[in-house]
Amino acid sequence: MNIKDDFAILKNRNITYLDSGATTQKPRQVINAINNFYENTNANPHRGAYTLSMDATEVYENTRKKIAKFINAKSSDEIIFSKNASESLNLIAYSYGLDNLNKDDEVVLSIMEHHSNLVPWQFVTKKTGSKLNYMYINDEFEISDEEIESKITEKTKIVGITHVSNVLGTINNIQKIIKYAHKKGAIVVVDGSQSIPHMKIDVQNLDADFFVFSGHKMLSPLGIGVLYGKKEILNKMNPFLMGGDMIEYVYEQETTFATLPNKFEAGTQNVEGVVGLGAAIDYIEKIGYEKIEEIENEVVSYAREELSKLEYIDLYITPNKENHSSVISFNIKGVHPHDTASILDTEGVCVRSGNHCAQPLLRSIGIDSTCRASFYLYNTKEDVDKLISGIEKAYNMFKKYIKL
Amino acid sequence: MDGLDEIYNDLIMEHSMNSYNKKKLDKADYCELGHNPNCGDEISLEVKLNGNIIEDMAFTGHGCAISQASTSIMIDTLKGKTVEEAKEIVKTFIEMIKRETKNEEDLEKLEDAIAFRNISNMPARVKCALLAWHTIEDMLNK
Ligand SMILES: Cc1ncc(COP(=O)(O)O)c(C=O)c1O
Ligand SMILES: [Zn+2]
Repeated sequence: MNIKDDFAILKNRNITYLDSGATTQKPRQVINAINNFYENTNANPHRGAYTLSMDATEVYENTRKKIAKFINAKSSDEIIFSKNASESLNLIAYSYGLDNLNKDDEVVLSIMEHHSNLVPWQFVTKKTGSKLNYMYINDEFEISDEEIESKITEKTKIVGITHVSNVLGTINNIQKIIKYAHKKGAIVVVDGSQSIPHMKIDVQNLDADFFVFSGHKMLSPLGIGVLYGKKEILNKMNPFLMGGDMIEYVYEQETTFATLPNKFEAGTQNVEGVVGLGAAIDYIEKIGYEKIEEIENEVVSYAREELSKLEYIDLYITPNKENHSSVISFNIKGVHPHDTASILDTEGVCVRSGNHCAQPLLRSIGIDSTCRASFYLYNTKEDVDKLISGIEKAYNMFKKYIKL
Repeated sequence: MDGLDEIYNDLIMEHSMNSYNKKKLDKADYCELGHNPNCGDEISLEVKLNGNIIEDMAFTGHGCAISQASTSIMIDTLKGKTVEEAKEIVKTFIEMIKRETKNEEDLEKLEDAIAFRNISNMPARVKCALLAWHTIEDMLNK
């Protein structure tokens, strides 16, 4: 089995793709499923009485069930489709946060949140007069137990935590955070954008109140995301966006809303995205998370080792391998990451450079940007070798000018 | 493609890593901030005028090699020019980067800044090269 063969773009563009943290490439199986949908099943789901529309509805709703099973939700009513993780997080902030936060309540986030799990909370805490507090990282780029226990208090009503940092690759101890937050009476919003592509998620076992992710970071098309929420919480929430299928009866001045999950899905949905996400889940399950972890573990361990040998770079990763996923941020000392990324690009190595939508995190480390290599199941040790030789090339170009 | 050496050449490297124009002026008449959110490039440009002539210029800030070198080289080019001449040079530079002019005679006016003519081969970096020039453009038009 050669996984790379399923991803035509890697060959067509002859690239070393190390930016899966931004978005993954899509396997042929996903692309074909979307094609097949348009050639055989396309209609507006829920809207027509004819067979084709019912077929489209069935594909749509079956994928919802597939996702529920995939993350072990109790019911498929707990799976809401959205555009992406950002929209899911905004939905929670608006429909849960605005209505449940009072003056002097506290929202606690980690400093490593993506702006999408941070800016909406700034908005709702300002609106409600509640406070926004942060859990900071220690010098191992992790959030310690003490930090968790000192920041989550009786006043905390909502905790927002990314399962895996998109900059550091740190795997946060969300089991501990969720348990502790529940003990204090807070609900927990888990941003699973960077975890679910790489590790098995069981929302019941985690006891997460909300869990969000984007399809495009796990082999699916752009523009499809998921919000998981506990049914008893979702039931009590007001809708976020309105119109289309999310209503029951509409009168001139009043409207009653549909039940879950439709209540949170306004307007015609991205059925092609849902179909692609379903095919991506099939693909991941066919290979299996165990295998994915094995591949990534080999490649990422190798990358950690090889990068550690370069004394002229700074690495922003935890020394505790078991707490580190598939993202590695680094800088060549004295060289701006955009220059490094440009030089890597000329070698066909795609890495991201910048602040990775995590400005408060970078500021807390005292830097303004990094180069980031992120790995997925199609990456190999050869990709790491290309990365290393690209970094060496960049360093050699800059070496004689570097002023530290 | 490589062409990297054409872009990261000695001139650009020297200006980006060790610029003598990177300082604060004693007495600046105008100061303008430029920011490229894409890269996080940030510059603060200072200008001292003597009548209609740009008597002195300097910058502070941080960012990628392209943005910092482009700022420093621009300062070398514009110092001593009249405001009108400067506007003309800025316009020519922007046109060169956007590949809207190939007139060699015009391009000569750019002096060392002609070193950036191949930056359009790296579309992701065009904004970096233009940052200082757009910043001075705003300043001169005020
Ligand atoms: C941890 C994390 N959260 C949220 C997001 C936002 O995802 P999207 O842009 O798909 O909404 C990202 C993507 O960059 C991410 O890495
Ligand atoms: Zn730049």
